Amino acid sequence: MSAVSEAINLPSANASHEMGMSGLHKAIFAALLVAGLMAPFVLYPVFVMKVLCFALFACAFNLLLGFGGLLSFGHAAYFGGAAYASAHAAKVWGFTPELAILTGTLGAALLGAAIGTLAIRRQGIYFAMVTLAFAQMVFFFSVQAPFTGGEDGIQSVPRGLLFGFIDMRPDLNLYFLVLGVVFLGLLAIYRIIHSPFGQVLKGIRDNEARMTSLGYRVNRYKLAVFTLSAGLSGLAGATKAIVFQLASLTDVYWTMSGEVVLMTLLGGMGTVFGPIVGATVIVSLQNYLATFGDWVTIVQGVIFVVAVLLFREGIVGVIAKLIRKPL
Amino acid sequence: MFELLGIPPQALFGQLLLGLINGSFYAILSLGLAIIFGLLNIINFTHGAQYMMGAFAAWMLLNYLGIPYWGALIVAPIVVGAVGIVLERLLISRLYHLDHLYGLLLTFGLALIATGVFRNFYGISGLPYGMPSQLSGGQNLGFMFMPNYRGWVIVASLVVCFATWFIIERTRLGAYLRAATENPTMVGAFGINVPRLITLTYGFGVGLAAFAGVLAAPIYNVNPNMGADLIIVVFAVVVIGGMGSILGSIVTGFGLGLIEGLTRVFYPEGSAVVIFVIMAIVLLVKPAGLFGRTV
Amino acid sequence: MKKTGLIAASIVGLLMASAAHAQTSIKIGVLNDRSGIYSDITGEGSAIAAQMAAEDFGTDKGITVEVVSADHQNKPDVGSNIARQWYDTENVDVIADVPTSSVALAINDITREKNKIFLNSGAATSDLTGSKCSPNTVHWTYDTWALANGTGSAMVNAGGKTWFFLTADYAFGHALERDTSAVVVANGGEVLGVVRTPFPGTDFSSFLLQAQASGAQVIGLANAGGDTINSIKQASEFGITQGGQALAGLLMFVNDVHALGLDVAQGLVLTESFYWDLNDQTREWSARFEEKTGKKPSMIQAGVYGAVLHYLKAVEAAGTKDAEAVMAKMKEMPTDDPLFGKGVVRQDGRKVHPMYLFRVKTPDQSKGEWDLYETVATIPADKAFRPLADGGCELAK
Repeated sequence: MSAVSEAINLPSANASHEMGMSGLHKAIFAALLVAGLMAPFVLYPVFVMKVLCFALFACAFNLLLGFGGLLSFGHAAYFGGAAYASAHAAKVWGFTPELAILTGTLGAALLGAAIGTLAIRRQGIYFAMVTLAFAQMVFFFSVQAPFTGGEDGIQSVPRGLLFGFIDMRPDLNLYFLVLGVVFLGLLAIYRIIHSPFGQVLKGIRDNEARMTSLGYRVNRYKLAVFTLSAGLSGLAGATKAIVFQLASLTDVYWTMSGEVVLMTLLGGMGTVFGPIVGATVIVSLQNYLATFGDWVTIVQGVIFVVAVLLFREGIVGVIAKLIRKPL
Repeated sequence: MFELLGIPPQALFGQLLLGLINGSFYAILSLGLAIIFGLLNIINFTHGAQYMMGAFAAWMLLNYLGIPYWGALIVAPIVVGAVGIVLERLLISRLYHLDHLYGLLLTFGLALIATGVFRNFYGISGLPYGMPSQLSGGQNLGFMFMPNYRGWVIVASLVVCFATWFIIERTRLGAYLRAATENPTMVGAFGINVPRLITLTYGFGVGLAAFAGVLAAPIYNVNPNMGADLIIVVFAVVVIGGMGSILGSIVTGFGLGLIEGLTRVFYPEGSAVVIFVIMAIVLLVKPAGLFGRTV
Repeated sequence: MKKTGLIAASIVGLLMASAAHAQTSIKIGVLNDRSGIYSDITGEGSAIAAQMAAEDFGTDKGITVEVVSADHQNKPDVGSNIARQWYDTENVDVIADVPTSSVALAINDITREKNKIFLNSGAATSDLTGSKCSPNTVHWTYDTWALANGTGSAMVNAGGKTWFFLTADYAFGHALERDTSAVVVANGGEVLGVVRTPFPGTDFSSFLLQAQASGAQVIGLANAGGDTINSIKQASEFGITQGGQALAGLLMFVNDVHALGLDVAQGLVLTESFYWDLNDQTREWSARFEEKTGKKPSMIQAGVYGAVLHYLKAVEAAGTKDAEAVMAKMKEMPTDDPLFGKGVVRQDGRKVHPMYLFRVKTPDQSKGEWDLYETVATIPADKAFRPLADGGCELAK
């Protein structure tokens, strides 16, 4: 993993800022919140909600890759699995949206804990392959299991009443719920990264053997971050299912696992804000290039190639380098 | 009638033979991946797209230049291999000093581009590619009807796999290659052009993928997505065999074809996922793969 | 090219808008697969068909038409996102085409919620006019029930009494198998076995051998797209048809047959609601279509044309584009277009017209690249689709 950490060394280099939130980061979070509050009045709310869900998904993935140093090629399993769980809870069990989302999140965390227990025993490329293998099994299960509705997915999921009395059907009402959920998710990730736990993680990422020799039980930390990442990915997926009133195979297919890697890579692995930027760019591209058919695939491919060859730090990573501050 | 596991033994034998034929494709493809990984340390995610390009090259050679199947079997791998060499020189070679993961991501992007471009030009329904007349028809083996072409697939893949194994394990060129994998600086010091060796190896691995593509053209639908799902399976084959192990990928390719064939009889719904189940088990029990050296 | 289509469409729109008596402007969103497995049978061709319908309807009726299009990539989430955006922010009045049942069902819901109109041509699921029927949806071209009924009953009546199914292992495959089995049994046939194949698959030889070993007279292919093409290609390779077993494609389109080539596909029996070479009118229209696209139309593209034309007539008759009024007119007025002839739109939204059972020609019989089918039987409109009462649609009561 040496090269990954080499590329993402920057944020952890500035250790003095890491406990507590730096002024710059506070300002950025505030700006994001303001932008989030204004966005639905300028842009189409459903589109912004999609961006938000994917931003959270990419940040959760980045928690594992950028800060844990573990490349999972099967994160679609948690994102999509949670989408199914929350859609099922809302539609069949009649859960209110917040409980449905919680169900999905917990389900994904449990799934993550189970798969993580096995996967963390391997490293590097093998770790990626094990996660992919399990994700394929989850996909297989989703095609087969009766409650997922096969390729139709679970459709017409009710948006329901928040806490039992706030109607979520108007896009704006739902928007502020989604904004709240995603923003809290992002803060949680920020908190995790900058906690002592996060410091240990970075230590493991940079030099696992040293951390082992220092007496840390490395595997416990890896499992914890894997579970957290899976759970937060699940939060994103569960929320998305409520927004689109739909959970489908797209969310558990392996290309979704590839997309989240792309978002994170493009925005900047191991940066706090990079995945948000990456997700915004990719989702917008998909949205605005939808008319042009195949070009979406080609453009995504080109972005991958350019990002890997020319700026492995990602957009935010490059900016961070320019202003010499971790972002 | 005597039955084995509830299936007449003849039928079972027929299914095993079919599994072996599918295994031939896995073997050629995973062999190419294994060679590339072994020498370049690159996980070549473009492999599926290159397999697809092989099939398309066969179609183009026939329709634009009038070169039939047998010619395509030789020309298509060379052409696609040459494209691979250009890619290696221009792009992939810039990543050798970095982690595997970047190679994986770069080639993943290249695969997206290739698939997208072919879809733009040729649509998705697929193109017809006829069976070479010498190989149409088949033999009645008593327990099943064996199309001549499937027989040819087994023979061709065994020959290619054996020849590749022989070159790498038993010739001087192969010795250079293996040495360059271990210690490129040392081999370079002996006056061998290591970068060129690497480039040619990549071209060769890609050529193998294209060869499999031409073999597949008469029996599978030639369309831009034909490699997209296959690549994941072939990956799993390589991982099970042990990354970079030549013999491992060949044996595992054929072996998994057999296992998949059996699954198709006893639990057809599960035949798409059985390989991943095996991969997960193998990785947990023997992380370096069945034939890999420990890491 | 797609872009020029749009620009041309808006220029036509502008020209028409400048006509003195322009009152109503209509925006039609053609939402389909432009990059995936169904892009050849829907895709840009469907957008062109919608455009042709607008032109043939005429520019002198006080209605201006603009056609926009997008790619749903066969993903329900992408499709519903585009549909919401179209309805909410781009003033799209009607969405047309939408292949892929899962996406179609999602658009069905959204259209109902937003009270707009959905003219489905591309999707196969009979739920659109059954348990999930909507007062805002018209299902034009075909559905699983019609395909199963056409191919199933005709094959049994032709002596194919015993069946074995190769079923793609997902909800759509299961539905196709279930509907066809019911028809086969109802007509006095028997289902000997089923094998569920992983979706999507590449190698079907193993499953075909199981089908062969069953000794069934007919092998029903309850799958679609690449799966169907691969299974037919391999059936020919393994001498299945030469061995006396017949193959029945339960969801096949003329473009699939074209892709397979007659060598491989010959003798295959399938059901469609449209074929370019049916009569003078279809030939004339298809020639125009081919000029623009380079291909003969699929039945789905023809269906987009028919549905849009009928919709525009209904708007004219209603004098408004209000969804409720237009839907009422569409169901009240008999349909009449050069491709499907005369027909009706039923209360449940089902458009009924004859279906045709075709057999794929042998290479010797074919006189041209697209000369692919001979007509075996015509299933009259009143027998071709599921009876109104059987669908379980709330609107039918």
